[in-house]
Amino acid sequence: MDDAPQERLRLHIPEPKVRPGATPDFSDIEVPEAGILDRPPIDADDQTLHDFAFAMIRVLDEEHRAVGDWNPHLDADTLRRGLRYMLHTRLFDEAMLRCQRQGKTSFYMKCTGEEAVAVAQAMAHRPDDMFFPSYRQQGLLVARDWPLVDLMCQIFNNPKDRTRGRQLPVLYSARDANFFSISGNLGTQYPQAVGWAMASAYKHDSRIAAAWVGDGTTAEADFHHALTFATVYQAPVILNVVNNQWAISSYQGIAGGEQSTFASRAVGYGLPGLRVDGNDFLAVYGATQWACERARSNAGPTLIETFTYRAAAHSTSDDPSGYRPANEEQAWPLGDPIERLKQHLITLGEWDEERHEALTEELRAAVKADLKTAESYGTLGTLPDEPRSMFDDVFKELPWHLREQRDEMEKL
Amino acid sequence: MIQAINSALDICMSRDPDVLVFGEDVGYFGGVFRCTAGLQKKYGKTRCFDTPISEGGMLGAAVGMGVYGLRPVAEIQFADYIYPAFDQLVSELARLRHRSAGEFHAPVTVRTPCGGGIFGGQTHSQSPEGVFTHVCGLKTVMPSNPFDAKGLLIAAIEDDDPVVFFEPKRIYNGPFDGHHDKPLQPWGKHPMGEVPEEHYRIELGRANVVREGADCTILCYGTMVHVALAGAEEAHVDAEVVDLRTLLPVDMETIEASVKKTGRCLILHEATKTSGYGAELLSLVQEHCFWHLEAPIQRVTGWDTPYPHAFEWHYFPGPARLAKALTRLMED
Repeated sequence: MDDAPQERLRLHIPEPKVRPGATPDFSDIEVPEAGILDRPPIDADDQTLHDFAFAMIRVLDEEHRAVGDWNPHLDADTLRRGLRYMLHTRLFDEAMLRCQRQGKTSFYMKCTGEEAVAVAQAMAHRPDDMFFPSYRQQGLLVARDWPLVDLMCQIFNNPKDRTRGRQLPVLYSARDANFFSISGNLGTQYPQAVGWAMASAYKHDSRIAAAWVGDGTTAEADFHHALTFATVYQAPVILNVVNNQWAISSYQGIAGGEQSTFASRAVGYGLPGLRVDGNDFLAVYGATQWACERARSNAGPTLIETFTYRAAAHSTSDDPSGYRPANEEQAWPLGDPIERLKQHLITLGEWDEERHEALTEELRAAVKADLKTAESYGTLGTLPDEPRSMFDDVFKELPWHLREQRDEMEKL
Repeated sequence: MIQAINSALDICMSRDPDVLVFGEDVGYFGGVFRCTAGLQKKYGKTRCFDTPISEGGMLGAAVGMGVYGLRPVAEIQFADYIYPAFDQLVSELARLRHRSAGEFHAPVTVRTPCGGGIFGGQTHSQSPEGVFTHVCGLKTVMPSNPFDAKGLLIAAIEDDDPVVFFEPKRIYNGPFDGHHDKPLQPWGKHPMGEVPEEHYRIELGRANVVREGADCTILCYGTMVHVALAGAEEAHVDAEVVDLRTLLPVDMETIEASVKKTGRCLILHEATKTSGYGAELLSLVQEHCFWHLEAPIQRVTGWDTPYPHAFEWHYFPGPARLAKALTRLMED
């Protein structure tokens, strides 16, 4: 036994570098040069894929050019479509935030700054691939041309709400868009997506599944269940971690991001983990396309970490000024996804400020018109249905005890 | 009863290629209780397979498969191990149809052995059925014999709602009336041990009066049905024994008819007492039959302690305890 005095143990509590009142400081985020990483074959071995979990796939360089192996080489129309969807998502968010402030909905969640994630990923998938989203991927539905009026009606819980007033606003369901009902319990959709993908493989289908969680939810058991099942059964699924740095007020270090990247969680499971610049539309598209090809050719699942920043509050019930410096999003070293794609298109000679202004006006008018339509069916306070409808769908058929309770309620 | 369960799975798999069977050790080996023996060999590895030791993952995946359109049958090796999957069962499987207003549902059956009397200690003996009847959106079933087990399991698998199917492991190999010192009777000698080979269903939500009687009604299910028959005989009470079979939705018509006829009611289950399923039964009987009752309703249950290893037979609500309670019920 060594009797020498030992250092006493101390408990480590992770802490972000800066708090309110301080100057935003992202100096320890390494932003590698765009285009420097090779795009490996989709069936590359673990050794080759290992480093991608710690690097960062980037395509758009400082001069707004698309460079390197991961460039998906999209034509100008597709790029403009991506820009349109991202902008549409942002304007939709802004309109819905105003609706919340006006008391037309109880709650809303914006995805500002993260639009490239959902939009580019939806575009890289086939329309019939099945999505198991979290609550900040409204861009998936926008990019699948799902009518915004339907989403607004779900938010307003009005008679056109397809979920009949049962869900918190933004927990959408859109079966016809191959978009799974959003739970609200975090991470549950991750193993469900794996199960769906296993079923697709069992049926020799060609459709694959994708799921999204945030950095915070990687700490949930379901995240690890999903990775285990995905690797064991080599399910055709893409598991996405949207690392937007914040889980309400907890920075990503609280979820374990201080010691390693979230993409690196894949390494121990024998899965490829791709860490991607989440504000780079082309990098997100390219990485997702790679993972889709891989899944669809029975080469296995992929974990993708999209490295981004939650520019808005967590939700309308949250105030970030209580835990992070004001205007931190403006210091974010990976910029804004819409601005970056816009500049890329301008650099290509395929876009200009006038057209951008016109597009913004067009989309703003479209959102306004949609909102008018949705509001005509009712906003917060309008009942979506007869109260008795709450007893429907608990089971396929109404059992006696629910019939009895429904009658009791109606006699009140 | 193991063969009856195996036969139900076999029939469902042979009739519907979308029925998949999986769980810990259920594939090549055929399950620690042998309920899935031979299924992998017959239907192939993609239809009957082993899963990682991850109940949450298993039921999460089952939900996804159900959403795709399959009819998954997952085995949780012991009901005591179901808790890691609780969120997937309670927050997801049970409520998916409701929260999506019918856009999505998952017709998952969760099979799990429950109950004690096998020297399993506190982690291999629990009866958590009341935890699941408390959840809206789940059907809860517990058979008491091979004939019912097969018909109920087929009905559960073919049901479009999620079903938690409890299998009392103490009666896997023969009826057990609580007399642990007596040699085990195999199912072969029991009338309900006779199981037809073909497909048949026992409708969920229908109880079975296994013994008609005039003095009192015993409400029970699973292993306790056999304890009820033995205890009534030992107490010389002409009890009507109602085997509930399905706990949710429960067959109130049968319960009501029996209690109104006898005027006395005893509730018997192996699970712990406080907030147990018996409390629900007691309330239902009180709500529906109060003016017909001649005595306070009695409850005989497991004690509110973890299931002990060494004191198993002090814990198990056997025929002696039941006989005492029946005497009390008849005296009042």
